[in-house]
Amino acid sequence: MTMPWFIRRILGIVPTLFLTWSIVFGVLQLIPGDPVMLALGGTPASDEVLDNERRRLGLDQPVYIQYLTFLKKMAVGDLGNGYSSKQPVSEMIAARMRPSLELALGGLLVGIVLGVALGIAAGLRPHGWIDTAMMSSALVGVSLPSFWIGMLLIYVFGLQLEWVPILGDGIDALILPSITIGLFLAGGLARLIRSALIETMTQDYIRTAHSKGLSAVRVVAKHAMRNAIIPPITLLGLQFAVLIGGAVVTERVFARAGLGSMLIDAVLTKDIPLVQGLVVYTTTAYIVINLLLELLYGIVDPRIRSRRA
Amino acid sequence: MAEAPLLAVESLSVAMGVTPVLEDVSFRIAPGETLGLVGESGCGKSVTALSIMRLLPNPPGRIIGGRILFDGTDMLSLDIGALRAIRGDRIGMIFQEPMTSLNPVYTIGDQIGESLIFHRGMNGRTARSETAKLLDLVGIPAARNQLDRYPHELSGGQRQRVMIAIALACRPRLLIADEPTTALDVTVQAQILDLIGRLRHELGMAVLLITHDLGVVAEFCDRVAVMYAGRIVEEAPAAQLFKQPRHRYTEALLHTMPAANPPGRKLPSISGTVPAPADRGEGCIFAPRCGFAIPRCANELPPLTEPPHRLRCWNPA
Repeated sequence: MTMPWFIRRILGIVPTLFLTWSIVFGVLQLIPGDPVMLALGGTPASDEVLDNERRRLGLDQPVYIQYLTFLKKMAVGDLGNGYSSKQPVSEMIAARMRPSLELALGGLLVGIVLGVALGIAAGLRPHGWIDTAMMSSALVGVSLPSFWIGMLLIYVFGLQLEWVPILGDGIDALILPSITIGLFLAGGLARLIRSALIETMTQDYIRTAHSKGLSAVRVVAKHAMRNAIIPPITLLGLQFAVLIGGAVVTERVFARAGLGSMLIDAVLTKDIPLVQGLVVYTTTAYIVINLLLELLYGIVDPRIRSRRA
Repeated sequence: MAEAPLLAVESLSVAMGVTPVLEDVSFRIAPGETLGLVGESGCGKSVTALSIMRLLPNPPGRIIGGRILFDGTDMLSLDIGALRAIRGDRIGMIFQEPMTSLNPVYTIGDQIGESLIFHRGMNGRTARSETAKLLDLVGIPAARNQLDRYPHELSGGQRQRVMIAIALACRPRLLIADEPTTALDVTVQAQILDLIGRLRHELGMAVLLITHDLGVVAEFCDRVAVMYAGRIVEEAPAAQLFKQPRHRYTEALLHTMPAANPPGRKLPSISGTVPAPADRGEGCIFAPRCGFAIPRCANELPPLTEPPHRLRCWNPA
């Protein structure tokens, strides 16, 4: 009795999630200071008030009971209430998710368009002039810190040329931060596509495709790219996973109220449930995206599908 | 050869970077005829095949001289569009490595049907049913159920059958088979050769069979050209060449065949190795390894004589 490969992959993430949440719980046990004191935000309180608060948060229970309660809450998406806002953490995260998600998608779009185009152009003519120019600028794109690129874009296109707004919630305010992130993504992506394509173009099946009389465009777009695309998919997926947890620096530079800024604030105010909630959210998103990537490999490459069957 | 040749290679010279790998190679194939091109590894057989289709990787490969006339058209002067119209349509090609010659991420049905869609303008559905017929033709059982299989699900012999189906999809007039059986098991080799032989008659196509296996040539080819170090040294009708080889290299090559030797005795081999291009003198390149070399052999390159039995030797058998 064998399950379809994708069902097995989906079930396979359960232990990973369990392990991740356990690590989050364990780390929080190690944080110095009394959580109740932090929860009360340093307000002086009588022992009775402290005991009540401790009981309310379940901190009077033995650690293993706390652990089981924690796992149970995580499994149903209950991340507790934030110390400072007293709001449910899950709602707070949901409210700030949109700006981060928009930025992640915008950055990904710019990164893919730029990275794929440059990577193919460079990979088809290794050591040609496009390749040389691309490889050096890709290095620059990866090396320059995003806050610097962000500020440069704001200065040139926002303040001097006044082409786009530098603040706001609209789609046009998304352009500059997306480019900031996209440039970074494109650098790594282009290099990866280039090397994967150079290798693929020497394969025997490319010669077969030419021997059929197919056009160069078709040989590259159909026969080479589908084989060359797996390493770039991995890179993009993992970077996307990081981005949906909030692009901390870019959000700060462009004053976007996303999860990245939220995380900084939560850490600075020692809002433990909020930090914990954000960590759980980010790691879970990371694991889920990894799973989606694996499913995607199976679609792109039939050999992976049958190996796992 | 009274008939106008289907393929005429004239004085073809090819270099890899600055190193010459083919020098003054000429041969002809008549419509429906099978020519065997034999020689040891590295003698330029595959380079010849790839040059005809202009599939030689460039750089480093470079055609530096000669003409390749296919049906009267010089392949070397065609623009890429006209060349593509011939590739896969009027000339089909199969390669040595069936394991790596098929694209691992597309179904075999897709890969065979592609030529039909491109060259014949068929739609997906017509191409699919035509592809099923082709798989039938190359002897893959239950062809229609096999269309959606991927190369990694097939054996080496089946993959080579699929390659043959791709090459023959558009009923080409010429099939170039570059060591089609070298990578296969012995039993499968015979099946694949039988298949090519049968289809050659059914479709009335000419075949350029490249191989280092003289046994294959003997039973399969009308004529044989023997190559040594980038040159053709002898060419004759197959029966004549096997009965009466005249070039000393051909002669030595025939002596190394298992069938030419009594069982149980160690097979003879040709002593020495092919000299590197830089170490070649003015004369016959085989001279240093030849037991019948005369002084002239080392100093002067023998010319290739005229058909029907062409020969490049100063002291033939």
